[in-house]
Amino acid sequence: MLKYVLKRLGMSIPILLAVLTLVFVIIRIVPGDPAMVVLGDQASAEALEALRAKMGLDAPLVEQYLTFLFGALRGDLGLSLLSGKPVLAEVMTVLPYTIDLTIAGVLIGVVFGVPLGVLTAVYRNSVTDYFIRVLSLFGLSFPAFYSAILLILVFAIQFQFFPVISDPDLSDYGQRLEHLILPAFNLGLIMVAYITRSTRSSMLEVLREDYVRTAKAKGVPRLIVIFRHALQNALIPIVTVIGLYLGVLIGNSVLTEIVFNRPGLGKLILDALSERDYTLLQGVMVIYAFIIVVVNLITDLTYGLVDPRVKHQ
Amino acid sequence: MSLFPKAGGLHRTFNDLVRVFNRNKTSWAGLILLLVMVVLAVLAPWIAPYDPIDQNILQRLSPSSTEHLLGTDQFGRDILSRILWGARISLSVGTISVLLGMAVGTVLGIFAGYKGKFWDYLIMGVMDVFMAIPTLLMGLMVVAVLGPNLVNLTIAIALTVAPRFARIARAPTISIKNRDFVEAGRAMGFSDMRIMAAHIFPNILGELVVMGSLWVATAVRIEASLSFIGLGVKPPTPTWGGMIREGFQNILSEPWISIYPGIFILITVLAFNLLGDGLRDAIDPKLRNS
Repeated sequence: MLKYVLKRLGMSIPILLAVLTLVFVIIRIVPGDPAMVVLGDQASAEALEALRAKMGLDAPLVEQYLTFLFGALRGDLGLSLLSGKPVLAEVMTVLPYTIDLTIAGVLIGVVFGVPLGVLTAVYRNSVTDYFIRVLSLFGLSFPAFYSAILLILVFAIQFQFFPVISDPDLSDYGQRLEHLILPAFNLGLIMVAYITRSTRSSMLEVLREDYVRTAKAKGVPRLIVIFRHALQNALIPIVTVIGLYLGVLIGNSVLTEIVFNRPGLGKLILDALSERDYTLLQGVMVIYAFIIVVVNLITDLTYGLVDPRVKHQ
Repeated sequence: MSLFPKAGGLHRTFNDLVRVFNRNKTSWAGLILLLVMVVLAVLAPWIAPYDPIDQNILQRLSPSSTEHLLGTDQFGRDILSRILWGARISLSVGTISVLLGMAVGTVLGIFAGYKGKFWDYLIMGVMDVFMAIPTLLMGLMVVAVLGPNLVNLTIAIALTVAPRFARIARAPTISIKNRDFVEAGRAMGFSDMRIMAAHIFPNILGELVVMGSLWVATAVRIEASLSFIGLGVKPPTPTWGGMIREGFQNILSEPWISIYPGIFILITVLAFNLLGDGLRDAIDPKLRNS
């Protein structure tokens, strides 16, 4: 197992470095002078020069790259151009909101998706199966910002069950939960759809296995066959769903935060964009890259842990 | 196994296609919805009741009526007309970006799989990096840096689509390249180029079409999302995401401004998903034979 962990860890580092490099390159290809982009073309030469120095843009490109890379690896993401505060501090203030949202979204996905997936697999080709499958296709066709708007219209404006704007005081747990439910359901919607579909296909595969047929033949009650024999094994590939759809999860969390006006990485990146705060933009991208690499690592390791076949490959 | 197993004239291909569609009725539903959208988009200049950017301040924010079927927005522009014109942007950005990403990705994937070793490591390594960045974030970054317009939007989406197709194209290439018919081609002195284009490509075409359809669904969603964020094609050009963005300011009093364009996004994305999902079931032998 240790060998597998080390090998997988070794694979993540080059990916992380490469993603950081890509972020650096994309941010650097801003047409024109970023300092002028920030200050406008009426800015004086001195002001531009000062800002360029502050952004580190007066250094040679290689030096800028190394500064950025080593900074990022040490957790130093530079100072936000707009607020002057360290980017990492800005990120850390809003990160709990995004983590709350994402975890709740995934939980909702699992809680609803797994039973629905089992149902569709067990009653394969029935009306139930067909109905849930079309519904799940609907679920993953919804753009997250649109479903968010509809949820707000119905549950926050029409029925007023939840606040329209999700901006909780994190130390007040009641409020934290109250403000979380609607955005979490919005994020959960697409996860329910994905998890239903992958539970269905992995259940279908497991239900055909010999040991399931043997259990049935032995007269093991149907429900026990489904839940003990089949589902336990079918759940293994579902671990990978989270890794597989992490990109969608992140994209949708950004949109959800924007519509609900909820603090978080998504709102931060949008603020960085609208204020043309390139260090902040770059910093948030680094954090995202880091999260992606770490989550992928964790899902791979979990997969190796629960399915012994994987680590011996 | 493949969607277009052998060459056999246009007639044969058409019959194969109909058979594939018949295997799974949802793909018909997707195709029909999609055709409706395409027809609406193509005919927009003739069937749109009003000019999509013509402002009429006297009739701003009016709900649906016989005069304006889906009402008007805050500038008094006809929402139905804007939706019809917006379909052109959504459908063209969606399909062109995926076709572009598909072309680049497939060529790279086949090349990497066929050549192996150094090229395989290099190309797939770069692809993995691009794939690590979520589509929406890539779009956000590229459009923010290069500026929001149709071309940059298309490039941004294509960049995240290409690696997926490289993956899809590479795996079968590796398994096919040592098969007898490829070996035979090589023995007959065919060039690598010819083998890849004429013998490997047709074998993976089916899967490419399926994934292409599913990715257009994603691309349409991403285009709408970026337009909603304000990084899409600039106003006053009508885009569905942009219309929802503008309507969001009046969401309490005039929710329909945002609701109607959203329905069209939903139908379009659903159409591509139904089509791709149905086709995938139809050509996947594992799902079909039991």
